Amino acid sequence: MSATENTAGLHDADATDLASVSRQTSVYVYEAPVRIWHWINALAILVLCVTGYFIGSPLPSMQIGEATHQFVFGYIRFAHFAAGWILAVGFLGRIYWAIFGNHHARQLFFIPFWSGHFWRELFFEVRWYLFIEKEPKKYVGHNPLAQMAMFCFITLGVTFMIFTGLALYSEGLGQDSLLHSLFGWVLTIFGENSHYVHTYHHLGMWWIIIFMIVHIYVAIREDIMSRQSIVSTMISGHRTFKDDRPD
Amino acid sequence: MSQIETFYDVMRRQGITRRSFMKYCSLTAAALGLSPSFVPKIAHAMETKPRTPVIWVHGLECTCCSESFIRSAHPLAKDVVLSMISLDYDDTLMAAAGHQAEAALEETIEKYKGNYILAVEGNPPLNEDGMFCIIGGKPFVEQLRHAAEHAKAIISWGACASYGCVQAAKPNPTQATPVHKVITDKPIIKVPGCPPIAEVMTGVITYMLTFDRLPELDRQGRPAMFYGQRIHDKCYRRPHFDAGQFVEAWDDENARKGYCLYKMGCKGPTTYNACSTIRWNEGTSFPIQSGHGCIGCSEDGFWDQGSFYNRVTDLTQFGVEANADKVGMAAAGVVGAGVAAHAAISALKAAQKKTQSHKEEA
Repeated sequence: MSATENTAGLHDADATDLASVSRQTSVYVYEAPVRIWHWINALAILVLCVTGYFIGSPLPSMQIGEATHQFVFGYIRFAHFAAGWILAVGFLGRIYWAIFGNHHARQLFFIPFWSGHFWRELFFEVRWYLFIEKEPKKYVGHNPLAQMAMFCFITLGVTFMIFTGLALYSEGLGQDSLLHSLFGWVLTIFGENSHYVHTYHHLGMWWIIIFMIVHIYVAIREDIMSRQSIVSTMISGHRTFKDDRPD
Repeated sequence: MSQIETFYDVMRRQGITRRSFMKYCSLTAAALGLSPSFVPKIAHAMETKPRTPVIWVHGLECTCCSESFIRSAHPLAKDVVLSMISLDYDDTLMAAAGHQAEAALEETIEKYKGNYILAVEGNPPLNEDGMFCIIGGKPFVEQLRHAAEHAKAIISWGACASYGCVQAAKPNPTQATPVHKVITDKPIIKVPGCPPIAEVMTGVITYMLTFDRLPELDRQGRPAMFYGQRIHDKCYRRPHFDAGQFVEAWDDENARKGYCLYKMGCKGPTTYNACSTIRWNEGTSFPIQSGHGCIGCSEDGFWDQGSFYNRVTDLTQFGVEANADKVGMAAAGVVGAGVAAHAAISALKAAQKKTQSHKEEA
């Protein structure tokens, strides 16, 4: 713990991070693959939500041309499937980087469930958001509350959407397709047939939309009100701090 | 015991010409998706194989499977299908009744132990020791177990036998139970639908007779040749789906133009059946062609998936009738409002802090 109780007051910094912050007042947190993934993922989710909503509740019928030449719904579905594949492959790449990238890249994929320190700091963050604490703590990576949210909404949420999405997609490819043999089992886990999977895939979309609302709000709010950079960090990769006080 | 007639013998006896017989074999091969080289094989099997004895039992059901079955449309099916198999017991169709009928059942089981096919229409209710369906004075579930014991294979006709259908819909007071959950030690082939398509029923039997084995089954135990694709995959209105042209309300202009019924709750995209290829009533039509969406009658639990006219299933867990979109939108709305309120308070707090520090400086 001695390393974390340093003069800079950074709670999750290791020796490399501290060396960096003493030299250049910023820490390189998010390596390029993480940043690229983040923005591609954000774009894919945006496309998936919009097209997904319109697949469930299609736009009013259009009369542009003959049915054969008017591929409106087909393009909406194509965009959905293409973005879905990008999301799925991107997520695999993100898992790869969690293994081979720096230690901050691993934060998305686990919760230090048995660490009392983690839970104490998580509730400190909750108190900060409830306006009980006057000042937030500083973190190089995600704060514990953010880590929890990322894990539940993104790691679990996106995994759920990938599995249900590929299962539904495989129905279109046919029962003899490779994808159906890999993901066909998902079609009957919620009930008797894939109709339920459609429903839960819908709910999953709202789960991720709720995350988006909170995530964007909190990122901007923290950028303004906290003691560290947030939004620019996902662009440059560098975390800068507004003060060098301990807590 | 007299020699059992072959199928061909029976057909000839019924006045069917050799020419018509060969036509039947070709049509059957085509219906099963087999190449022309299988036509002589089918003919040979029909000429040489003794008719397979079939016991057809009826549990909780509406007889729509039988009604469909006897309408099988290939020219000869009307005569042939009932002669193709040796239908030794079927309390709905047989001439005998009462004790005589039950005696015929016992006799068939004794005589053809291990060689007969058990066709089950309907399902057994298990609640109150099966008293909700009595056949010959005994619960149907006992007759089913008894007949299944020595059966070579079991065909579950229709949604009732395959999945439970309406009598198994929530709350299922009689505890109606599909056949495969009662009989677990026999090969079971499910032919779901309410009812199944006539040609699918006769096709399955023909396949089993011709090749002396069960057809290839899918993950859920249905013959892949008929249940391998969705209604949606072969729907003739699919171009309108891809174009985004939908029926918006019953009897609107789009309905008249024959647009896609997706928005009217068509279950074609989640239903595996052959309606859009084989169709019904001698290939005349099928629900979508007559302007109504598919209700998914060949899918497990189709009664419990909310309205036939909704795309998104109702989530009964939420007490009121709500679907995923309503629940999601409400949750997102609450979170959005929370975020807005939180932002407002944050701004106020920040402003307050600023004035305080100004005062301190001053």
